Amino acid sequence: MEDALNPAICLKDLELSYEDYVVMHSINFVVNKGEIFVVMGQSGCGKSTLLKAMIGLKEPQSGEIFYNGVNFWSQEETAQQKIMRRFGVLYQGGALWSSFTLGENIALPLQLYSKLTAGQIREVVELKLSLVGLSGYAEFYPEHISGGMRKRAALARAIALDPEIIFFDEPSAGLDPVNSRMLDDLILQLRETLGATIVIVSHELASIFAVGDRAAFLDGESKSVLAVGSPKDLLAGSKDPRVVRFLTRAKEQGVSQR
Amino acid sequence: MPDEKIILDYSQPKTLCVRLNGDWLIAAELPRVDPVIAEVSLKDISRITFDISGLKEWDSGLVAFLLHLIRQCQVKPIQVDLEVLPEGVKKLLLLALKVHEKTETVKAEEGSFFTRIADMVLKTIDGVAVLLDFLGETAIAFGRLLRGKVYFRRDDFLFILQRCGADALFLVSLISVLVGIILSFIGANQLKIFGAQIYIADAVGIGMVRAMGAMMTAILMAGRTGASFAAELGLMQDNEEIDALQTLGVSPVEFLVIPRVLALVIMMPLLTIYADLMGILGGFIIGISLLGLNPVEYWQHTQSAVTLSNFWVGLVHSFVFGIIIAIAGCFHGIKCQRSAAAVGEATTKAVVSAIISIVVATAVITFVCQILGV
Repeated sequence: MEDALNPAICLKDLELSYEDYVVMHSINFVVNKGEIFVVMGQSGCGKSTLLKAMIGLKEPQSGEIFYNGVNFWSQEETAQQKIMRRFGVLYQGGALWSSFTLGENIALPLQLYSKLTAGQIREVVELKLSLVGLSGYAEFYPEHISGGMRKRAALARAIALDPEIIFFDEPSAGLDPVNSRMLDDLILQLRETLGATIVIVSHELASIFAVGDRAAFLDGESKSVLAVGSPKDLLAGSKDPRVVRFLTRAKEQGVSQR
Repeated sequence: MPDEKIILDYSQPKTLCVRLNGDWLIAAELPRVDPVIAEVSLKDISRITFDISGLKEWDSGLVAFLLHLIRQCQVKPIQVDLEVLPEGVKKLLLLALKVHEKTETVKAEEGSFFTRIADMVLKTIDGVAVLLDFLGETAIAFGRLLRGKVYFRRDDFLFILQRCGADALFLVSLISVLVGIILSFIGANQLKIFGAQIYIADAVGIGMVRAMGAMMTAILMAGRTGASFAAELGLMQDNEEIDALQTLGVSPVEFLVIPRVLALVIMMPLLTIYADLMGILGGFIIGISLLGLNPVEYWQHTQSAVTLSNFWVGLVHSFVFGIIIAIAGCFHGIKCQRSAAAVGEATTKAVVSAIISIVVATAVITFVCQILGV
């Protein structure tokens, strides 16, 4: 494990599995406060499963996850929920509640966990929508807007409570290059403005190099973390050919089908 | 080798020359690899070559045959010389061989008969444990609801209430009137023998109010509302909407299940009372129009036959059915896997399990009423 001056998240010997099938094991890395950390790897290597464990939806087989030094999975359910309230999560498909308008989607966390009046909540909703470039869309339903807009609306919901940590699951998935770039810029701006720690699960190289301060490379074959470091350093100096191949999009002889 | 598309030539020492003849097309019947491998295993062969002088047209059928042959030979090991094969076949084979065959699988190995039975029993136990867990969670959530600690949106609840109630009125009316008509026809045939047709009013009234009104409404609501709950929650699971609630620290049971159970528990008794009236109306229409009964006499008979205890028994039925339908729909929806097929499966399971539970519950309530003399 590398030196961590100020870790927001620390994963220790984590093992994840579905019944008897081990998805990942021996996962060790730290995410420092305020950094943008990318979890990268090939499709099907277990990135999303790892994210589920990190956001409290999947209990690991063994190992520990610490948030600001607190061991998440050893806490009582109410304490876990309290920690989870400090998270914002942008799911791969947005996961906006389809029977709610965009405004209602963003308002729900505020209604639950703030003491704001209805009028103040409306103002915050408008602010969050403006931050993601969707000002004036509060009354729209998710089905009436495009995929890129849904992602941004979901991001507005994710940041509704000014979270300490924002998780992104494949933020660029299904987006055209322009929208993908727009989302990358948005992620950078959010770090600047909210000072949040950001964890991104992605295999999009352009996004990884554009926003990532540091990254962990998950390998589906060995089911473990092969390397941790800044994407540029990994590209320039990783000793593992699998990491370099991934980062350079190089072809491999006899690649494994997954 | 009986198939003329392949001729196996062993003329050279330790070498098998496979002569490929005619068309090797997927649409046509093609030889299988296994007999070739079986024959090769019996001989002392270390190399396989090909003769394609007789080969005419080919497509993936030939490539699939050769790939299978090569993979089998790799196990032996026997060297396969691809040199003389058509260029296109070689390229496709090289591309296919470049990818390792995935050997690791998450699928459980098929065991013996007893292993499968044991697996089935364990899965059933797991399923019951999950159901009990869900029921416990729902019960706790109801406890919190009574203490005013549950959060769900009032608008959502009213919308569900409308879907469970007002929107179902037409179908409930139709089915109940028809059930009343059916009951009166069946009764008329028997009672006519004794000249006691007027007792149709009693039969229809008691039949509808005590059980049939609640049961028919429940079966209708299981297919209509229970299925819609399962599909709706299943789709929410598929779209990660339930995950989004959980990460927000919102209990999906409190936010999604409680309003649905509550709405159905409120609406089922009301719909049942309405269904009872519609059923009695159906019997009344037939009794008056086709059987020539006196309307006043019919009404008086109905009034005297339908006692308050019959009415309460019917209401208990409807209350229990409401819980069953809502729980079945929500349970299968919320535990749904993430695929379109799983949503369909969850919907089917919700309806089937609700209808079975309704019939079982009716039997139990009837038995209890019999013991209590109600």
